[in-house]
Amino acid sequence: MDLDELIDNFAFLDGWEEKYQYVIDLGRRLEPLDDKYKTDEWKVKGCQSQVWLVPQFENGKLHFKGDSDAILVKGIIAIVFTIYNDKSAEEIKNVDVAKIFATLGLEENLTPSRRNGMMSMVAKIKEYAGAA
Amino acid sequence: MYDVYKIREDFPILQEVLNGKPVAFLDTAASAQKPLAVLQKMRDIYTQSYANPHRGSYHFAEAITIEYEKARQTVQKFINAAIDKEIVFTRNATESINLVAATWGWQNLKAGDEVLISEAEHHANLVPWQNICEVTGAKLKVFAVSDDGDFVADNFEKALSNNTKLVAVTAMSNVLGTIFPVKDIIKKAHGVGAVALVDACQFAPHYPIDVQDWDCDFVAFSGHKIYGPTGIGVLYGKAEILQSMPPYQFGGDMIDNVTFEKTTFADIPARFEAGTAASVQAIGMAESMRYMQNIGFDNLIAHEKKLVDYTLSRLPEVPNLKIIGTAQNRGGVFSFDVKGIHPQDLAFVLNKENVAVRTGHHCAQPIVNRMGYTSLARASLGLYSTKEDIDALVNALLKAEKFFRES
Repeated sequence: MDLDELIDNFAFLDGWEEKYQYVIDLGRRLEPLDDKYKTDEWKVKGCQSQVWLVPQFENGKLHFKGDSDAILVKGIIAIVFTIYNDKSAEEIKNVDVAKIFATLGLEENLTPSRRNGMMSMVAKIKEYAGAA
Repeated sequence: MYDVYKIREDFPILQEVLNGKPVAFLDTAASAQKPLAVLQKMRDIYTQSYANPHRGSYHFAEAITIEYEKARQTVQKFINAAIDKEIVFTRNATESINLVAATWGWQNLKAGDEVLISEAEHHANLVPWQNICEVTGAKLKVFAVSDDGDFVADNFEKALSNNTKLVAVTAMSNVLGTIFPVKDIIKKAHGVGAVALVDACQFAPHYPIDVQDWDCDFVAFSGHKIYGPTGIGVLYGKAEILQSMPPYQFGGDMIDNVTFEKTTFADIPARFEAGTAASVQAIGMAESMRYMQNIGFDNLIAHEKKLVDYTLSRLPEVPNLKIIGTAQNRGGVFSFDVKGIHPQDLAFVLNKENVAVRTGHHCAQPIVNRMGYTSLARASLGLYSTKEDIDALVNALLKAEKFFRES
């Protein structure tokens, strides 16, 4: 699914219950991450739940795999991947993730609170992109 | 008669309405809300008699110095210390404990010595000891609690030895709610010649402290957990021990005489209060103590006891919910896990339902891990908590359970 389709799908949903049911659903359909990557090496710090993020570099593009033990976070990971996956480092730098989350109606995930690892995840993706 | 609804009127934040619904604030163990009396007192100082205490000799400076030292006496009476010099103002309990570790610990610990703590300590009563042990070569020893989170006298006594130089324990666990028998612990610590420190952070908002009855050497707690402001805490120390300790930080207000060659230091407690004091916060904290005393600890304890029993009776209505910490003698702190639902997911739905709880490791990773978890949700009570708050919690948990089960 591409980002436009994701935005269209979210536009049909009303209220937090429907939106987050869909977030959970996206998490369930997330490309699985092999357990061997669920180590400290791939853990994203600054998340209250456990979050793993593994980058792969292919033909100048970045492809991420990831997982979390919290189901809502897993759904957020799926959305973050829809936004960032299979892009070049340059394209990753130019993404306005705050604007996309606001469009989806999920802006509450952008708070700087330690509760939520969303911003740490995005920072990590940019860090990997910078190293690519 | 304890009119909790009348008491709630003293707390403006509890009147806040979010999305048309009231908020069930169940995170007092992290930080308590503040009554108007505290806010007004601080405003009065700032608007009528603010200056830097202990320095100027004009009206404002003298007025705030008097209030600041009166605050020290209020704390002295609040914990029944023998003299007011035994009260050191700090930033918070964390600083109080760091102060003892850095001064008393540095001076008294050496290789072969042991510091004994419980398994249920907050990081604030663990990491400072770990650090000073590493620096001095002393050993940090830990005694286990039972599987239901209770104090086990046998475990403690077996870990205690003639090498024990300091015992540092919580009076009430911030994860398990367990109330530790600190008086017995202190007596046994003294029996082997050890000094005893009590982390009273969670205890102080709910029960009266009597340092002379406990016979403890040090007690630490924070102002913000007893309905006072942030940025102020208390270290109680027995006068003769405080007097034997070197300064913690160096600077203004803690000196006696300064030349470029040598500085002599002030008497206690000033020796440990370097720099401009958080004077208005100390005065605000004294006001929060008066507020609690006006309500009366007997009334407060009776109210919270009823709510603890009510909470324990209602939480099991939530399918797959397990309370972590089921000691007989426990206060109003309830950590729990709902099987199959990550606490962070749980907290998301609870927040949508305007129920404020804490989730995570609660700054006490070892005990959370020991109970078999990396993260837990925690609801905690204060003097303004109501049956309705618990009803809101249970309803929100039922909704969350259904939300994740059906999704």
